[in-house]
Amino acid sequence: MTDLTTLGIAAIRDGVRDGQFKAREVVEAFNAKVAGARALNAFLVETPDHALAAADAADAARAAGETLKPLAGVPIGMKDLFATKGVATTAASRILEGFVPPYESTVSQNLWNAGAGMLGKLNLDQFAMGSSNETSAFGNVISPWRRPNDTAALAPGGSSGGSSTAVSAGLAPGATGTDTGGSIRQPAAFTGISGIKPTYGRCSRWGTIAFASSLDQAGPMARDVRDCAIMLEAMAGFDAKDATSLKLDVPNWEAALSADLKGKRIGVPKEYRVDGMPAEIEALWQQGIDWLGDAGAEIVEVSLPHTKYALPAYYIIAPAEASSNLARYDGVRYGLRDLPEGAGLQDMYAATRAAGFGDEVKRRILIGTYVLSAGFYDAYYTQAQKVRTLIARDFERAFEQCDVLLTPTAPSAAFALGEKQADPLAMYLNDVFTVPASLAGLPAMSVPGGLDKDGLPLGLQIIGKPLDEQGVLNAGLAIEHRAGFTARPQAWW
Amino acid sequence: MSVDTATVKKIASLARIAITEEDATRLAPELGNILGWIEQLGEVDTQGIEPMTAVIANQLRLRDDVVNDGGIRDLLMQNAPQAEHGFFTVPKVIE
Repeated sequence: MTDLTTLGIAAIRDGVRDGQFKAREVVEAFNAKVAGARALNAFLVETPDHALAAADAADAARAAGETLKPLAGVPIGMKDLFATKGVATTAASRILEGFVPPYESTVSQNLWNAGAGMLGKLNLDQFAMGSSNETSAFGNVISPWRRPNDTAALAPGGSSGGSSTAVSAGLAPGATGTDTGGSIRQPAAFTGISGIKPTYGRCSRWGTIAFASSLDQAGPMARDVRDCAIMLEAMAGFDAKDATSLKLDVPNWEAALSADLKGKRIGVPKEYRVDGMPAEIEALWQQGIDWLGDAGAEIVEVSLPHTKYALPAYYIIAPAEASSNLARYDGVRYGLRDLPEGAGLQDMYAATRAAGFGDEVKRRILIGTYVLSAGFYDAYYTQAQKVRTLIARDFERAFEQCDVLLTPTAPSAAFALGEKQADPLAMYLNDVFTVPASLAGLPAMSVPGGLDKDGLPLGLQIIGKPLDEQGVLNAGLAIEHRAGFTARPQAWW
Repeated sequence: MSVDTATVKKIASLARIAITEEDATRLAPELGNILGWIEQLGEVDTQGIEPMTAVIANQLRLRDDVVNDGGIRDLLMQNAPQAEHGFFTVPKVIE
């Protein structure tokens, strides 16, 4: 019998529907994988019973001859940024240690409504702030990938590093991620899996712990493009509880998947050829261009002149919104309270926040507070929002000449844990290719393209027009077909 | 851009985060570095450009002005570090 944990979402769905195996068998196999991979520290909470309950419901529905739900019995991992009713939710921060939400986030509820079950809550960078998963208060996530003859622990990317590790190590066929400046795409690239951030507003933010509200978007991370399409269909949809939710029907992305790109134009933005780009990344990008040409697309060079200002604009806007969003953690209504002897209310706030937030979270709150403070607001925040308008306009103009854009996902393969921790700026630069699409709210995806000289995965990014997830997925599929990426990490854990 | 420890302490106080003298000394050059890098935005010509307000054009919706939630006081308070008689409790405030 095949190892059921080698199956992706589509294969599990189809196999359960066709009676090749029971959903319970699938879930039991994944639960065992999760329990056997604690060395990776991908899960903060394991919820084997949640996944089993969904599996039993799927098996019972099939036995009763009912039509199965789209994700019937499929077990997934849930990034611990989504509030899950009755299951501890911390955003990997001490300040929420012990918090058990009395409600369910819309995205997770949508997945349960579609028949999926939860294997557990996945580790992440604290409040989704980081690119390596080293800012979690509950320990680093270790990538399942290693360099040859080297046991150095590598970064799984961030902030959705528990999600990328769980999927690439075969602990889950799919996982939720959230992406504020690249937190789905960069970890997907680092671990050789696929992940898509949809257009801003496709997935409800209700019940997702807020980092930067004008940027945060949920999306799926899975083994291939089809699985991403299936999972995104279940996650997306209008929600009256989120004021920025788009009142649009969810397209049937899976059914419309096509790797034939005849008549499509692929834009290659020249400004993404940054100084010091490793030759391997440059070569992979060229390979990706050739693959899309082979799929029938026309390649055009385009210009996004404000690209170099995207990252500094992001590091004003995201911390500004974070400093406001994270003001709610005050030790009064939920989470940690630190009340020093004889302290008043203000001292309690300050002590609680000092004890509860990690260094990177504090750094961003301080930056955000600074750029929003009296006398600096216009020079920093207003200027950044104007630059953001220019960046969005760059994309609009580029899309007059092309249908989707192709770029590398990250400027390097996975780095070692600890390698970039000393310099926050060096870490921020990891998001150089992913941040611009976030600022413009565009759908963007990373798919595996190949391996570097050390055998580590490299990703290619596709950026689409607003609401054109289909175009993004189809270009991703065309790359997937040609890249033939089958590398998996050797289990050492 | 250089940030001194007095500025760090002022921002931290605005952000309601207690910091020690050592924290302030460590954070000053770190924040200075980041803010210095951010300042390159000043070179972008933004004359006549409106600041971004929404990435995807969307209409603000109105809903009927009716109560559609509530009656879940105990549920909402179950995560409180300290609650008494259906109230969140905090240290005494005397101004």
